[in-house]
Amino acid sequence: MALLQISEPGLSTAPHQHRLAVGIDLGTTNSLVATVRNGVAVVLNDAHGHGLLPSVVRYLKDGGSSVGLTAQAQATEDPHNTILSAKRFMGRGIKDIPDLATMPYQFVDAPGMVQIRTAAGVKSPVEVSAEILKVLKARAEASLGGELVGAVITVPAYFDDAQRQATKDAARLAGLNVLRLLNEPTAAAIAYGLDNAAEGIYAVYDLGGGTFDISILRLTRGVFEVLATNGDSALGGDDFDRRVYCWILEQAHVHTLDDHDKTLLMSRAREAKETLSEHATASITVVLSSGEIVDLSLSEAVFNAMTASLVNKTLLPTRRALRDAGLSVEEVKGVVMVGGSTRIPRILAAVGEFFGQSPLTNLDPDKVVALGAAIQANVLAGNKGGDDWLLLDVVPLSLGLETMGGLTEKIIPRNATIPTARAQEFTTYKDGQTAMSIHVVQGERELVADCRSLGRFELRGIPPLVAGAARIRVTFQVDADGLLSVSARELGTGVEAHITVKPSYGLSDDEVARMLRDSYSHAEEDMSARNLAEARVDGQRLLEASEAALRENGATLLGERERDQIEQLMLTLRLALGRDDLAAVKRATEALNQGTVEFAARRMDTSVKQALTGQRLDSLEL
Amino acid sequence: MATTNQPLAIVLDFSRDHFALFGLPVAYALDGARLDQAYRDLQAQIHPDKFVHAGAAEQRLSMQWATRVNEAYQILRRPFDRANYLLLLQGIQAMNSSVMPMDFLEQHMDWSEELAQARSARDVATLERLERALRIEARAYQSRLAEEIDQRHDYPRAAETLRKLRFTDKLLAEVGAAYEEML
Repeated sequence: MALLQISEPGLSTAPHQHRLAVGIDLGTTNSLVATVRNGVAVVLNDAHGHGLLPSVVRYLKDGGSSVGLTAQAQATEDPHNTILSAKRFMGRGIKDIPDLATMPYQFVDAPGMVQIRTAAGVKSPVEVSAEILKVLKARAEASLGGELVGAVITVPAYFDDAQRQATKDAARLAGLNVLRLLNEPTAAAIAYGLDNAAEGIYAVYDLGGGTFDISILRLTRGVFEVLATNGDSALGGDDFDRRVYCWILEQAHVHTLDDHDKTLLMSRAREAKETLSEHATASITVVLSSGEIVDLSLSEAVFNAMTASLVNKTLLPTRRALRDAGLSVEEVKGVVMVGGSTRIPRILAAVGEFFGQSPLTNLDPDKVVALGAAIQANVLAGNKGGDDWLLLDVVPLSLGLETMGGLTEKIIPRNATIPTARAQEFTTYKDGQTAMSIHVVQGERELVADCRSLGRFELRGIPPLVAGAARIRVTFQVDADGLLSVSARELGTGVEAHITVKPSYGLSDDEVARMLRDSYSHAEEDMSARNLAEARVDGQRLLEASEAALRENGATLLGERERDQIEQLMLTLRLALGRDDLAAVKRATEALNQGTVEFAARRMDTSVKQALTGQRLDSLEL
Repeated sequence: MATTNQPLAIVLDFSRDHFALFGLPVAYALDGARLDQAYRDLQAQIHPDKFVHAGAAEQRLSMQWATRVNEAYQILRRPFDRANYLLLLQGIQAMNSSVMPMDFLEQHMDWSEELAQARSARDVATLERLERALRIEARAYQSRLAEEIDQRHDYPRAAETLRKLRFTDKLLAEVGAAYEEML
C-alpha cells in the first residue's frame, strides 16, 4: 500500500532559492543599480566604492567603448566620441532636439530616432544606453555572485511610448530580462512610502538631469495608486547648466569656440551650479584653446534670476497634475523630492511655497529611485517578504488616432490606470474603399501635427462596400509597462483582417538582432548560444510556474486526465531543457503554454472569486 | 484527499456586469469605500505584477482581467458613467437622444455666454460663482438619478436627467479649462 506523502501547507516541495533581481535607474546624468539584500534595499557600488555611474559612453577607434568616470574624464579631449545625456535622444528624431548647436556630436538623421556618428561607427541612443546597462549588469552580477533573473528599469513618468520602447530595447540589447518598466516617481514613492509607513495623498516632484515629472499618489494600506502624472520630458538640470553656459559666453564676450571649449565650459557651468547649492557664489575659471582666459564669479541671486523661468516651468505641470487628480494643494500630505536637481535651494523654496509645506528630503534624491526599483524587482522576482503591496500606475499622455482633417481622436485618455484597453469604431469614407490608413499619435493637442506620431499602419482587405458601410474596430491596449499595441479589424461583413503593430519609431526585431550581433566579437556561435540560453530561461520559468500552479490548484481545478496531460507536457519540456536543441526547447515550451490555457483561466477565475469572498468576509467582520 | 474526475464548475463569467464583478448590488446608490476595497482586493489577485513568473497564457489572462477590472472601476466610480451604464443594462442608450426642454436649454445658453465673457475678461470671481452654481445643479441631478433609477425605476425620465447632467458636466469641464488658461 502506498503511503501518502503529506506536505505542510506553505512549504513547497522545491524550496526556491533567493532570485537575484535588481532595480536600475537609467538616468540622464548618472545611473545606478540597487538590490534588496537581507531585506534591505542597497545601492551596489563598483570596485572603487562608487555608487553613481556617470551616464557617459566614449567610443574608441578600435570599436570598443569606455563607460562612466573614465569616459567622463575624457569628455573634453574627445568630445565627438563621448556621449553624455543620451537619455535625451531616446525615441527622439533630430527635429525634437532643441539645442543641437551646444552639443559637439555629429548627429545623423535616421527615421524614427536620431543617431550619432562616432569613431566606432554610427550609434543609436539605444546602443549608448545599452552600454551603460551592460556595465551595471556586470557590476550587479559581480557583486551578487550570480546571474540576474531580471531587472526593473525606471523611466520618467512623462516618457511617451517611443521613449519607453527605446528603453526596453536598450535593456534587451544589454541582455537584461526586463521584469517591468517602472515610472521614476512611483519608484521613489515605494522607497519613501515603505520606509515611512506613509498613508494619504503624496506628491512626488522629480527633477532629474534631463526630465521633469510630477506624480500625485494615494497611499492606502499597501496600495500605491497614481492618481495623475504630468511633466516635461525635456526639462532638467541640463537646462540650468545651459543657462549658466550662455551667461558665461555673454559675460566673457567669447565667440570662437571649438568643441573642446564647448564641453569644458559646459562642465564648468555644471560645477558652478553645484557649488551654488552650498555657497553664495561660485567662481568660473577656464583657459580656452585660443589661450583666452575666462574668469567670472556667479552669485546665487544672478543664478536664481537667470533660471527663474525654468523653476516656473515645473510648477505649471504640477498645477495640471493636481487638477487632473481633482485635488487641491491643501489635500497633499507630503511632497517627496527626487533627482539631483532638487538640491538647488531655489527649487526647494519654490516647491515649499507652492505646497505650503517643507518638502521631504530625508532620502538621498540621487538614490531613492534605484532603491524603490530594487524593492519592486525583489517582489516581481518572487522573493516575497512579509510585506506585499500593489502598484497602480497610469498612462501619462493621451493616445489616439488621426481622423479627417488632421484632427486627433483620443482613444485612451491621459491618467487612465494601466493595463487598459479601449476600442473605437470607424468607417470608410469612399465607395469601394478596401484599405484604411491608421495613424497612431500621443499627446493632448487637437491637431495631429502637434502630437507625437507613434506609427502608421494599413488595414487591407476591407470588403469593397459603399462609403460608411464597413465597420472597422480599432483597439488600443496599454500593458503594465505602459507600452501600447494597436490592432484593427473589419466587423461589418464578418470578414476579418487583423494586424498588431509595434509603433514604427521602435527598433524592428531585425535591427535589435543586428545590434546584438554587432555587440559580439565572434558572432554566430555566441548568438545561437545566447538564443538557447534565453529559450532555456523561458522554458524553466514556465516549468516552475506550472509546478507551482499544480501544487496550488491541480487537485481542485483539474480532472485526472487533464492533470496527466499537463504533466506529460511538463515532462517533455524538462527533457528538452536537458538537451542543446533550441527548436525542441521552443516547441516544448509552446506546447506547455498552449496546454495550460484552460487551467490558467480556471485559476484566474478562482483568484477573482477569492478576492470577492475575502472582501465580503472583511465587511462582515466590521 | 480524494480528487474528482470532474473539473469544478466555474461560475465566474468574463461577461458579467460590472456590479457583480465587485460583488455590489446593481444600483445607482453606491458604497464608495466598498467599491474601492473590492477593486484593490481584485487587483491584488489578478494584476500583471503578480504574474511576472507565470506562463504566457496566465500573463495574457492577467492583463485582460486587470484591464477589465480597471474599466469597470472607472465606470462605477463616476456618477455619470455609472448611471449611463445602468441605463444601458436596461437597454436604454441615453445619449442617443438630443431632445431637451426649452427652459433648460435657455438657462444653459445663458451660462455658456457668461462663461465665455468671464473667460475673455479673465474674471475669476464670475468663474467661481458659475462653478458653484453648476456644482449645485450637478448634485441635484445626481440625487434625482438615484431616485429615478433605484426607487421609481423610471428609466426614460432618468435618461433625460442624465442628458442634463452631461450638459452641466461639460460646462464644468469648460470652467476647468478656463482656469487652466489663467494659470
